[in-house]
Amino acid sequence: MDLYPLFNSLRIAAISAVIVFFIGIAAAYYIAKAPRLIKGILDVIFTLPLVLPPTVVGYLLLLLLSPKRPVGEFFLENYGIRLTMQWWSAVFAVSVVVFPLMYRTARGAFERFDEDLASAGRTLGLSNSYIFWRIRIPYCKQGIIAGAVLSFARALGEYGATSMIAGYTPGKTATVSTAVYQLWRTGNDELAIKWVLINIAISAVVLLIVNLLEKPKRRCA
Amino acid sequence: MLYADFEKRLDRFMLKVDIETKDGITALFGASGAGKSMSLKCIAGIEKPDKGVIQLNGRVLFDSENRINLSPQKRHIGYLFQDYALFPDMDVEQNIIAGLHHLPKSERKSKAKELIERFKLTGLERSRPSTLSGGEKQRVALARIFASQPEVILLDEPFASLDTLLKYELIPYIKDVISEFGGDTVLVSHDVSEVLSMSDRVIQLINGQARDAISADEFSMIINKLHDKSVLNQGN
Repeated sequence: MDLYPLFNSLRIAAISAVIVFFIGIAAAYYIAKAPRLIKGILDVIFTLPLVLPPTVVGYLLLLLLSPKRPVGEFFLENYGIRLTMQWWSAVFAVSVVVFPLMYRTARGAFERFDEDLASAGRTLGLSNSYIFWRIRIPYCKQGIIAGAVLSFARALGEYGATSMIAGYTPGKTATVSTAVYQLWRTGNDELAIKWVLINIAISAVVLLIVNLLEKPKRRCA
Repeated sequence: MLYADFEKRLDRFMLKVDIETKDGITALFGASGAGKSMSLKCIAGIEKPDKGVIQLNGRVLFDSENRINLSPQKRHIGYLFQDYALFPDMDVEQNIIAGLHHLPKSERKSKAKELIERFKLTGLERSRPSTLSGGEKQRVALARIFASQPEVILLDEPFASLDTLLKYELIPYIKDVISEFGGDTVLVSHDVSEVLSMSDRVIQLINGQARDAISADEFSMIINKLHDKSVLNQGN
């Protein structure tokens, strides 16, 4: 059994989770400070990929990244890089689809933060970056870690947008989810079921980790 | 000396504060929701008044006309929060060291040790705030404020989250600590007995409007009169 799809899925999910981790935290932090109207608009935009069909996300990404479209053409002509149909093309798709999960869990964690702690830090003369990294992030870390693990789990299962932007090339862009589809389509049930079981096992373990992380409800001082 | 004369539009009323502290403790007394905490937050720079002037020992902290608005970090104001705002992910020693960032790294530990002894926290260095009693939390918060060497201390309902017995035990202790501090102090409270036993001077805040400062004795007389009246009314 060729394990390439598993390896590819894991690396795409890991890279996407890291990207989304930082961008999601930054978005959640800055949206909390934004004026009301901008907050409302941005929140809708940031959450949209969660409810849109992944095919719509894939289509929109292709409008941007495919070789005949502005960004895709620019990269192809200037750097000779084709942005679609590579194994890493899936990172674009997965990151966009998964972003709302990280953003919303991080935002929820930040909203529960006791602002008096930041105010206390400021009156004590602590710098804003110290307050962010040493007080705010540790306070919210459970929610943030849970968001990151959840993002990773969802990233492992992304199919729709990935198949549109990276396609299915065995040994190149194949992931667990696209492999299952291909195996079912070609009637290879025996192998398909193996991948299905692997997929369920990984997802169950990750969700178990999320639950363990969320369980001990933290007490405030 | 702290001088604050400012206005801030709030949801339900206009906050108009005009206060001047002298040596000792100046109380800002009023019902809950009268704008007391908001006044302190404006003085500390956590909230921004709409207009006015705030000065501390001759330094301008806020001046709306000249567009001056120093950050809380630059104001050197110690703020004791109602629930103490101890950093939950740091132990007692780390919390106190958080107030010592103006010192070089090498000096922080020894200074922290000194404060831990002074505030009777020896043995609790490694404890997290969530495991401390109300009185211990308050001492940590005070030690942390002393660590930051403020020019004025603001006490926001310092006894509100303590039970009554403990409160009366702690009042003389806090008074001692404040007199050791030597600088001006503002106490915010809605509790008459707290104000009477702690403060030298009282400013009443009624619906966001600060009245002229009166001495603690005058305040006590007003309260007694009110008390007599209500007793007489009950007699009718």
